[in-house]
Amino acid sequence: MSDILKSLIEIVGERGVSDAPEELWFYSRDPGVLAPHKPDYVVAPKTTEEVQKIVQLAGRENIPVVPMGNGMSLAGLVIPLKGGIVLDMKRMNKILEVNAMGRYAVLEGGTSQGMLKAYLQKNHPTLRHSLPDAPPTTTIAANVALHGQGRLTNQYGFNSDMVTGLEVVLPTGEICRIGSPSIGPYWFSKGPTLPDLSGLFLGWLGCTGIITKVGLKLYPNKKFRDVELFVTDRVDLVPTMLYKLTHLEILEDVNVWFQPKPLMFLGNYHITMFFTGDTEEEIEFKRKMIWDSLQEFMDSKDGGFMSVQYMKSALLEMPGRTIADFADVPKGGGFEYSGPIALIEHYPKYAAKVVELAEKYNVLYASAARLISGGHSMMFSISFAFNRNDPAMMERVEKALTEAMTFALDMGGIPWKPNFKEQKMVMQRMEPNALKLLMMIKKNLDPQGIMNPGNWEVTP
Amino acid sequence: MYELKFKEKVCATCPSSDCLLKCQYMSFTGQKEAHGEMMKVVKGKDSRVLNECVTCYACEEYCTRGNHPFYLISERREEKGMFTAPRPITNQWVNMTVMQGKYLVGDVKDKALSCCYIPDLGPLGSGEIFKDVASAGVFGAEFMCPAVHTHFARMSVIKERLPVVIENYRKLGVKEVICLHDECYGTLTSIASAYGMEVPFKPVYYMDFLYERMKELKDKIKPLGITVAYQRPCSNRLIPDKLPLVKKIFKLIGVKAPKRVYQDENALCCAEILRSISGYKLADDVQKRNIDDMLKAGTEYCVFNCPACQSSLSEKVSKRGLKPIHIIDLCKMAIGEKGREAVL
Repeated sequence: MSDILKSLIEIVGERGVSDAPEELWFYSRDPGVLAPHKPDYVVAPKTTEEVQKIVQLAGRENIPVVPMGNGMSLAGLVIPLKGGIVLDMKRMNKILEVNAMGRYAVLEGGTSQGMLKAYLQKNHPTLRHSLPDAPPTTTIAANVALHGQGRLTNQYGFNSDMVTGLEVVLPTGEICRIGSPSIGPYWFSKGPTLPDLSGLFLGWLGCTGIITKVGLKLYPNKKFRDVELFVTDRVDLVPTMLYKLTHLEILEDVNVWFQPKPLMFLGNYHITMFFTGDTEEEIEFKRKMIWDSLQEFMDSKDGGFMSVQYMKSALLEMPGRTIADFADVPKGGGFEYSGPIALIEHYPKYAAKVVELAEKYNVLYASAARLISGGHSMMFSISFAFNRNDPAMMERVEKALTEAMTFALDMGGIPWKPNFKEQKMVMQRMEPNALKLLMMIKKNLDPQGIMNPGNWEVTP
Repeated sequence: MYELKFKEKVCATCPSSDCLLKCQYMSFTGQKEAHGEMMKVVKGKDSRVLNECVTCYACEEYCTRGNHPFYLISERREEKGMFTAPRPITNQWVNMTVMQGKYLVGDVKDKALSCCYIPDLGPLGSGEIFKDVASAGVFGAEFMCPAVHTHFARMSVIKERLPVVIENYRKLGVKEVICLHDECYGTLTSIASAYGMEVPFKPVYYMDFLYERMKELKDKIKPLGITVAYQRPCSNRLIPDKLPLVKKIFKLIGVKAPKRVYQDENALCCAEILRSISGYKLADDVQKRNIDDMLKAGTEYCVFNCPACQSSLSEKVSKRGLKPIHIIDLCKMAIGEKGREAVL
């Protein structure tokens, strides 16, 4: 047994550490196209202090540490590119506090989306959080660390905008609180009115520290939730339709999607709109506002509302399962998407690019965009499903994704949860002083370069 | 390609113009205007009818002279490149009903039990009432009546697909096709006949089958003693001679259907297609008037014939205290096969 393994067992106990080949195999990959790479150890801490000791050990031994939630980013963000320790956070899953009046929760860094949803439903039924369309086992800390989005993103912004405070273990092993919890017992603000230090960790994909606690905004959980689905075959009209819808300021979530199969979806662009209310009258009032806002497109025959009776339960499901259904179409468990954050007015060009890439690389496509912050931008997903047992198909998908990212950058978009290759593409285009600032931050926080190395790794 | 057999002279000499004058969604100053507008349609000229018709099918019933005003209106709209519903909705319906070889055929011999392309019909065609034919079910786009495309003025789709559907049934070697979907029977009789398509088997309307079976099961019937409102579907306008069956069945199972304003020839459409075509205002108005009328008549149940009507109105009638139920389930309730709580 190696000294490192012994030390890890001393920190977390035997059941919390593994270097067994089957465990390392599992922790070496995700469902995306990036090649797997094995860690040397998998460790599952239970406390912040254990995380601290592991990071201190990694610092002493100069070995990488890769914090991991559920490993479902699909972009290889927790593949240990340079080996070392994968820190599986899922045993740190306590919901530490819900301040109902303050509408926030404080959670340990491995708490899953499903756990918080279930907890709120049982104990605080008038509250909810912005649930992403990811499996319920994905974790909240990982989601905010990669600027995830969820079902309240049109209304309130990125899920990382909803953070109300952080506890972080720095690469040096120091434990640090960010925002209002740094000066008092309450977790109501991640930054304002202080200098917002949360930006040193949110979006950094675990390269600057390990989030061990996260404060998260909660929002009213209305009694009724409903959905409408508008379709058009005029992609050029989609931005205007979205502009009119966001002008209403009543929609909690707006998704735009298109896919060639099943045939009923062929040739159309679908706008799914979610809205809530505490009374049926409120729901009907909002429904009429939605219909009225798009009436001109019905009159011109360019768009219409689909009857959603048969699809309603699937559409209202949280998280939705349709993405997983799509991922399974070619069988073989492979699914990855490029999700640039883009201007809504660019939607038609992105949509055309998806089809072009699918034809060029002979892969199955789907695209689902999500509006952010009432229409200031959108996440445009260019999704490809593939068979992991078909290397040629995987290669085609990887090329398609790289081309998609190049296109997005050319369009002035910024990538969402970019993999290490895409991060390099971004840094190559970054304004030099911004890149210099990025390097300064990374170097100062992680002078040894042990935190999730290979990611946001700046080479001069 | 098949062509609509429309008799222009019959229309030209029509003394009533009931097809348009009785329309519940368009208004005319009198017979003269209605006749003039219909003749414009006949001649292929522009008419406000082509813009205003909401596709309720009712003029097929209002015309008692054997012509097919609704099919003609739909033909003319398509000829002029018009869309009733928004274009993407129209195309979506065309795409979603494409035959893709994904159909189900049961143990079919002389008879087939048609479930059209509507999953809800499968469970309805079961139990004691259908025990001899339930195993002979067929389902899928290959056996779907394409009449829905009349709503979207795409008669070309019907002319292309209906002969294939008929041929698919012929290949099964059936002598009879029991149509669980009202519209299938209307398609295989009214539309096929209007376009001169030969149907080499006997289409059987499910309510004929239901009525005969309930007579055979008379000993098992316990009169329900309830009052109901019947929601007549648009497609029933293609087969008005079958309307009396509803009352016969109700009588057999001890159900009262109090007189309503919007019943029989004056029935209101479920309105979901109106929502697709023109928006919520007309649809909400029609549905409200319809349900108000059901409640005013003192009914407890809303009885459906068509699953599409049931889907569009169930929630709405439930919220106002009426219990939605399909007429087959009502019969199953009468013979004790289905509990009353099942519809709540």
